[in-house]
Amino acid sequence: FAAPAVEVPQATPVAVFKLTADFREDSSPNKVNLGVGAYRTDDNQPWVLPVVKKVERMIVEDQSLNHEYLPILGLPEFRSSASKIALGDDSLAILENRVGGVQCLGGTGALKIGAEFLRRWYYGYNNTATPVYVSAPTWENHNGVFADAGFQDIRPYKYWNAEKRSLDLAGFLGDLESAPEHSIFVMHACAHNPTGIDPTPEEWKQIAEVMKRRNLFPFFDSAYQGFASGSLEKDAWAVRYFVSQGFELFCAQSFSKNFGLYNERVGNLTIVAKDNENLTRVLSQMEKIVRTIWSNPPSQGARVVALTLNSPELFAEWQENVKTMADRVLLMRAQLKAKLQALGTPGTWDHITQQIGMFSFTGLTPHQVEYLSKEKHIYLMASGRINMCGLTTKNIDYVAESIHEAVSTVQ
Amino acid sequence: MGDLNSNYSFVSLSCVALCLEHQREDGHALVPPLIWKIKQQISTDPTLHADFAPALGLPEFTRRATELALGRECRAVVENRVLGIQTVGCTGAVRLGAQLLRCWYNRSTGWRGPVYIPSPFYAVFQAAGLPDVRQYRCWEAGQWAASEGHVLEDLRAAPEQAVVVLCATAYCPVATDLSQKHWKHLAHVLERRKLFPFFLMLGQGLCLGDPEQDAWPLRHCVSLGLELFCAQSFSHSFGLYGERVGHLLLVLKQNTLLLALQSQAESAVRSLWSRPATLGARVVATVLSNPANLAEWREGVRSAAERCVLIRERLREKLRLLGAPGSWDHLTQQGGLYCCTGLNTCTCCRGGRLNVTAINSCNMDYVAESIHLALTSPL
Repeated sequence: FAAPAVEVPQATPVAVFKLTADFREDSSPNKVNLGVGAYRTDDNQPWVLPVVKKVERMIVEDQSLNHEYLPILGLPEFRSSASKIALGDDSLAILENRVGGVQCLGGTGALKIGAEFLRRWYYGYNNTATPVYVSAPTWENHNGVFADAGFQDIRPYKYWNAEKRSLDLAGFLGDLESAPEHSIFVMHACAHNPTGIDPTPEEWKQIAEVMKRRNLFPFFDSAYQGFASGSLEKDAWAVRYFVSQGFELFCAQSFSKNFGLYNERVGNLTIVAKDNENLTRVLSQMEKIVRTIWSNPPSQGARVVALTLNSPELFAEWQENVKTMADRVLLMRAQLKAKLQALGTPGTWDHITQQIGMFSFTGLTPHQVEYLSKEKHIYLMASGRINMCGLTTKNIDYVAESIHEAVSTVQ
Repeated sequence: MGDLNSNYSFVSLSCVALCLEHQREDGHALVPPLIWKIKQQISTDPTLHADFAPALGLPEFTRRATELALGRECRAVVENRVLGIQTVGCTGAVRLGAQLLRCWYNRSTGWRGPVYIPSPFYAVFQAAGLPDVRQYRCWEAGQWAASEGHVLEDLRAAPEQAVVVLCATAYCPVATDLSQKHWKHLAHVLERRKLFPFFLMLGQGLCLGDPEQDAWPLRHCVSLGLELFCAQSFSHSFGLYGERVGHLLLVLKQNTLLLALQSQAESAVRSLWSRPATLGARVVATVLSNPANLAEWREGVRSAAERCVLIRERLREKLRLLGAPGSWDHLTQQGGLYCCTGLNTCTCCRGGRLNVTAINSCNMDYVAESIHLALTSPL
C-alpha cells in the first residue's frame, strides 16, 4: 500500500492560541496574560458563577430530566428564553410569532449556522458572491466562519479611527451607502471586539436608516450582553432598535462570557423573520444544515441557561453575578487610565474608559507590544488589544509602569 | 432509581437510547448509575473550572479515547502517527474528518471523491464539499444478514483512492456485522485497491460485550499499516447522548504529516464550533482513567450486551410459539442494540428497526404479540 505523496500546508497558526502557548511557557514570576479570552477574578482565577454552580447541582439531582439527544434545533425552553433575553420581554416580534432560535455551539456555532443558511438561501439560491462586510478591525474568526461557509467576497467596513481612537462614523456610513444592495453586514451588538468602541444610540439610528434604505441585512454578533455595561437592556439596545424598525435580522448570541460557561458551548441564533410562515421555512432549512455539522447540540449548558432565565429567583441572582464581572472590568479601566495619567505617559488615555466590555484597543504599536512581551513578560495581541480581565489590583501597577516604559522608549 | 412499571400502554421501541432492565415510566432511558455518580462528582468538584477546552479537545479524553479504540500497545501510537480530536458527537467527527479529507487527501490531484458509504452520513460528506457519494451493498435483503459477497464485489470495483466508510460495530444501517474472517478479506481488498477506510465505531463494547473485540476490525487494519480515519461515538456505550461526546481518530502512515494535519484540524474546528463542550468528555475520561470505574464500566457493557442476546433469544422463541409468520433466525444472528424485524409498517419502530434494549421482562409478551398481530391482521 503506497500512500500518495502529499504536501500538506501548515495552516496559519491561530494568533490567540499561540499567545496562550507563549505565556504558558514563560517562567517569569511577573508574567501577565492580557490576551486571555475569559473573565478572571482579582486573584487571576477563572470564576464559576455561583448561580451556575447551584443550577448544575440541581440538574444532576433531577431524575426526571431526559438525558437522550436534544431536538436538532436544541432545547425549546433555552431557545425561547435566549431569544427573549435578546429582544426583550415585551418584544412585539415575539408576540407576532416571527422570532425563532437555533441552539448552537457557542457564538461561533451560531455564526456558522447563520452563515451557512445565508449562503444557501438569503437572496436567491447561491449567495457565494453576495458581499459580506465585517468591521475593520473585527474578531478575526468572523472572516474564517464566513469564508468557510462559502462566501467569496468578504470586505471590511470602516470602523476604528486609529488617530482619534474612536468610531469612524463617517467612514462607516459611507461604506453603507456604497455597499451593493442586499449586502450582509456583521455588526457587534455591544462591546465591540477588539476595539471596545460602540456606536451611541444616535449613531445606531443613523446606521439603521442607511441600512433600511439600501436593503442591507443586519447580522448581529452579541457575545457580551450584560457583561458590557452590567445592564441586559442597555447592552441589547441596538438589536432591539433594529427589530423595532422592522428589519429582518439574525443575532448570534453567546452565553460563554455572561454565564461563564465557556466550556459548555452555549449559543443561540435568534432569527427575526418577516412573518411566521417565513420563520417556519427558515427553521426547517436550518435543521438540515445542523444535521450535517453536529446533528443535535450539547444539553448541559443550555439547561443551565434555560433554568436560570426561566426562574425569577435564579434570574435575579444571575444578574447580580453578571454585574459583579462588569463592575470589576469598569474598575480596572478606571484604575489603568488613572495610573497612566498619573505617570504622565505620553498620549491620551481617555479611550480606556470610553471603551466598553472585556477588551480595550490601547493604541500600542506592534513594536511596543513586542517590547512588553519580551522585556516585561506582558502578553497581549499584536493589534494592541488587551483583555481588562487580565488586570488585577496586584498587577495593575506593574502593567501601567511597563506601558509607560514601552510608550516612552519604543516607537 | 425509578419505579418498575408493569402495565405498559405503550412501549417506545424507537427510543434511540440504550435502556437498562428498569425503565422510567415515560419510557425514557435511565442514566447508568456509574455515569450519574461521576456527574455528581463533577458538579461538586471545586477544582474544575469552566474555561474553554482546547480546540482539539481535552487531552485526557483524547488520550483515553485513542487508547480505547486502538489498545494500549498500538504500534502506530508508539510511532507517533496518531492524532485524536474531540468532536461534537459522531456526526461532528464525520464532518471534521470529511473536511480534512477534502483539504489533505490526494491534495495534489484535487481529489473530491468518490466516497463509498452505506449509512445515513452521506449528507455530511456532501456538506463538507465531497459531493461524489456512492452506496455499496452490505446486506442480503430478505435474509437480514450481512453479505460479505456484495461488499467485496462493490469495493473491488471501486476506483483506487476512493474513501470507504465502514461500520466497525453492529450499528448502522444493518444490525449485523462481519466475522473476523470476513474482515480480513475486506482489509485485503482495501490494501490491494488502495482504498482509504473511514471507520464508524458506535457502541464499542455493546456488540460482543468486550470493547477490544468490538474494535478488532479497526485494529486489524491499523496493524496492517493502513492509513485511516475513525469516527467514534460514546453515546450508547456511556449513556451520554445529549452531551455529544465524539472523537475523530486519524492514523497516518508518516508522523511527518501529523503537525500539519493538526494545524489544519485546528483551523477547521475554529470555523465549525471553535471548541468542543466538556462535560461528556470529562465523564468519559473519568471512567477510562480510573481502574475501579473502568472495571465497573466494562462489566456494564458486558451485561448490557448479554442482555441483548437474551432478549433476542426470548423474542425469537415467543414469536415462534405464537406462530408469527416468517423465519426469525435473524433475530439471534444479528448483534448489537438494534434489530431489523423486516416489518414494513410499524407504529412503534422506524423502518422496522427496533431497539432491543427497550424490551424487558415486563413488556416482552406485549411486544411479541404486537409483532404477531401486525403481521397477521388484514391491512
